[in-house]
Amino acid sequence: MNEQSVLEMRGIYKSFPGVKALQNVDFTLREGEIHALMGENGAGKSTLIKVLTGVYSKDEGDIFLKGIENAVVIHSPQDAQKVGISTVYQEITLCPNLTVAENMFIGRGTGVIQDWKNMNKDADKILMSLGIPAVSTQQLASCSLAVQQMVAIARAVDMDCKVLILDEPTSSLDEQEVQKLFGLMRDLKKKGVGIIFVTHFLDQVYEVCDRITVLRDGQLVGEYEIKDLPRVKLVAKMLGKEMDDMSDIKSDAKTYEAKDKSDVVFEAKDLVSDAGIRPFDFHIEKGEVNGFTGLLGSGRSECVRAIFGADRVLGGEVKKNGKPIKISKPIDAMKNGIAYLPEDRKVDGIIGDLSVRENIILALQVMKGFFKPFTKAQAYAFAEEYIKALNIKTASADTPIKSLSGGNQQKVILARWLLTHPDYLILDEPTRGIDVGTKVDIQKLVLKLASEGMSITFISSETDEMLRTCSRLIVMRDRKVVGELKGDELTQGKIMSTIAGGENG
Amino acid sequence: MSSETKIQTRKVKGGSIFRNQIFIPVAALLLLALFNLIADPSFYKITLGYNSTGDPVLSGYLMTILDYGSELAILAIGMTLVTAASGGQDISVGAAIAIAGSVILRVLCGHDSRPETLQAPIIVAFLVACVVAMLFGAFNGALVAYFKIQPMVATLILFTAGRSIAAWINNNELPIISDPSFAIYGGFIPGIPIPTPFFIAMICVVITMLALKFTNLGLYTQAVGINESSSKLNGLNPAFIKFLSFVLLGLCVAVAGLIKVSRLSSINYSVIAKDIEMDAILAVALGGNSLGGGKFNMLASILGAYVIQFLTTTLYKFNVQSDALPAYKAVVVIALVVMSTPKAREFMSKIGKKLKPAERSVA
Repeated sequence: MNEQSVLEMRGIYKSFPGVKALQNVDFTLREGEIHALMGENGAGKSTLIKVLTGVYSKDEGDIFLKGIENAVVIHSPQDAQKVGISTVYQEITLCPNLTVAENMFIGRGTGVIQDWKNMNKDADKILMSLGIPAVSTQQLASCSLAVQQMVAIARAVDMDCKVLILDEPTSSLDEQEVQKLFGLMRDLKKKGVGIIFVTHFLDQVYEVCDRITVLRDGQLVGEYEIKDLPRVKLVAKMLGKEMDDMSDIKSDAKTYEAKDKSDVVFEAKDLVSDAGIRPFDFHIEKGEVNGFTGLLGSGRSECVRAIFGADRVLGGEVKKNGKPIKISKPIDAMKNGIAYLPEDRKVDGIIGDLSVRENIILALQVMKGFFKPFTKAQAYAFAEEYIKALNIKTASADTPIKSLSGGNQQKVILARWLLTHPDYLILDEPTRGIDVGTKVDIQKLVLKLASEGMSITFISSETDEMLRTCSRLIVMRDRKVVGELKGDELTQGKIMSTIAGGENG
Repeated sequence: MSSETKIQTRKVKGGSIFRNQIFIPVAALLLLALFNLIADPSFYKITLGYNSTGDPVLSGYLMTILDYGSELAILAIGMTLVTAASGGQDISVGAAIAIAGSVILRVLCGHDSRPETLQAPIIVAFLVACVVAMLFGAFNGALVAYFKIQPMVATLILFTAGRSIAAWINNNELPIISDPSFAIYGGFIPGIPIPTPFFIAMICVVITMLALKFTNLGLYTQAVGINESSSKLNGLNPAFIKFLSFVLLGLCVAVAGLIKVSRLSSINYSVIAKDIEMDAILAVALGGNSLGGGKFNMLASILGAYVIQFLTTTLYKFNVQSDALPAYKAVVVIALVVMSTPKAREFMSKIGKKLKPAERSVA
């Protein structure tokens, strides 16, 4: 084992019925480095992490840790923690109704009696040393998501961890919060902790990481110093081909402008819901792709939820194809040809235990009515059609959707709404937390659908993605619409300055 | 995007019988059957005799199971829907049966508690009971769906009050029906030696299966039970679907109530259908359905109901004191429920794989 290494995984194999998830994968983590683990969905990142943390048992291979002579055996997450491997997951796995200190120490004491006074004191000490802006006695739910994430990390760090795994920790944080988290990661790095960072955000990888390991289809592609691997090459390695898809999209976007788009498909005036947004006006033309942009919490999602009737609508007038309509609940919107892919796939999108087939037909089935179920054959035909059209990777149409990867789950939800053949499709963060390849697929699909006459509202936290797909951007700040950009105004700089406000330029 | 069609990881293979949900009640049934076969094969003896009116009837332990398992099966249908949609259980079904039964007797008796002739057609009495039971179901459903009270807590109210209400309906009298035509529903149809409740249960099962096939009842209740928020965004009204499941359970309660009072041609408010809610809930659990709601298998629940009755009858056969019965039942139930957990099934599946390695090649 190498001197500098804190963790070495050698020749790891893991298969599931019908799938070789990992084949001869090596992974090395040095002391005091931040190491990005990259790959498309289904590349084997999660499997590798789960083998390391004892969630899955590996079929073959060895894991070595610094200071331990022989290969370590890890059968459970508890085993992993004992040898100093801690994980912080994408979703916060703490208890929001307990205090910060309780969350940090829960389940760790050896005795029955808990020393509350010292626990709070210890917690404050740790929080202070890591520069985390939280107080031990504060209820966790009252902290921002980023701070909650940091508390989870503090808990992990305090358990003497040598290897810290961060699985998509930034996907629900805004830019500022991400910076705070990176600060903490750099501090830990200085203290000699090896950090494995799993993320889909390329920017973040280049900002904070030292080295990158790329996986593809369960195999190791390579391990690189960050300075030796420019972005384009990284993407190419992840996809396993030279990447010209990105440029394709740009040229598509240009041809899109030439199209005829005169009719207003949907129009809202002074629309307001109970989710705390200011009344806003909105319209979208046939074949247009527009978007809401703004910081996290600026009210982007709340606007589209108001349009779809997902929150309680308090006032405003809505017109579809010039005719006034009333949307008070989602079914009204659906019957008027509006479809909405929600922001939070797990909470609002998938029906986890139901099959891919049932998930695909659900919205259309609900529109059709309670007493008119599709026959099995019809349902299979719909499902097969969209599994093929969107290239959804699933064992069969009967597989429960929860066992698919994130990107494929998103495609299933997309299929659900495309099946209803809407005139107006709202996509709220359709590319969050999914791999680069699927992202490009979805962006391309958006442009293709628009060129066929569908109107689309596209919301994304990634501005360059919005610039690539949208021809008009509605800018939001503090829960109200503060500007609208189109044509030449669509630049990163202009968007930033409009979001920030204050100056006019 | 790569064009090759790759098979998703963590694929669920449905082929193994051990992972099939219906396996649990079937295995439990086989186990009980085997036990009885070894312990005392006379358990399976069925004799043809004649009842007091001179009609041929089959009797024996198996007939008892068919007879008494049927009302449980009918309740299990409704309980499965409530469980799936609301993620909780209705513990007031026993008390609600008392109410439904009491209503039937009240309508049939009119003002006289010992009438010579029926004061109303049985069908009318039954329909009134259906309406009343569905109203009480709606009461439970409204508390759960619209006031968001946990099902067990919400139904605790009727559980507590139900038997008093039932007694109040008949002014605390114990009406007795002497007309033999009323005894058919809990007894035998003249000339047919198989107990009527079994036929009633089969009619209910057929109607339920048709309803599941020709409506979206199954899809909607499962979707709401699995993810309420997502269901709402797909145009469903989750509160209404939960409410509906309680109303449908009310209908099942009315049918079970008819069988119960027909059996005695009378009613005992504090004893009728006592503890039946626990058996109904166990039937759902034994069917391998999650008591936390979501996906369900209706046939497995129904089979589960008969297995529970099989167990009860077996215990009676071996002269277990009736007050000791629940303790014995609990032991068996623990074994069955543990066996039905995914962990235990995974384990059995592994053993099965070792026994037949050749057969399990992945397609």
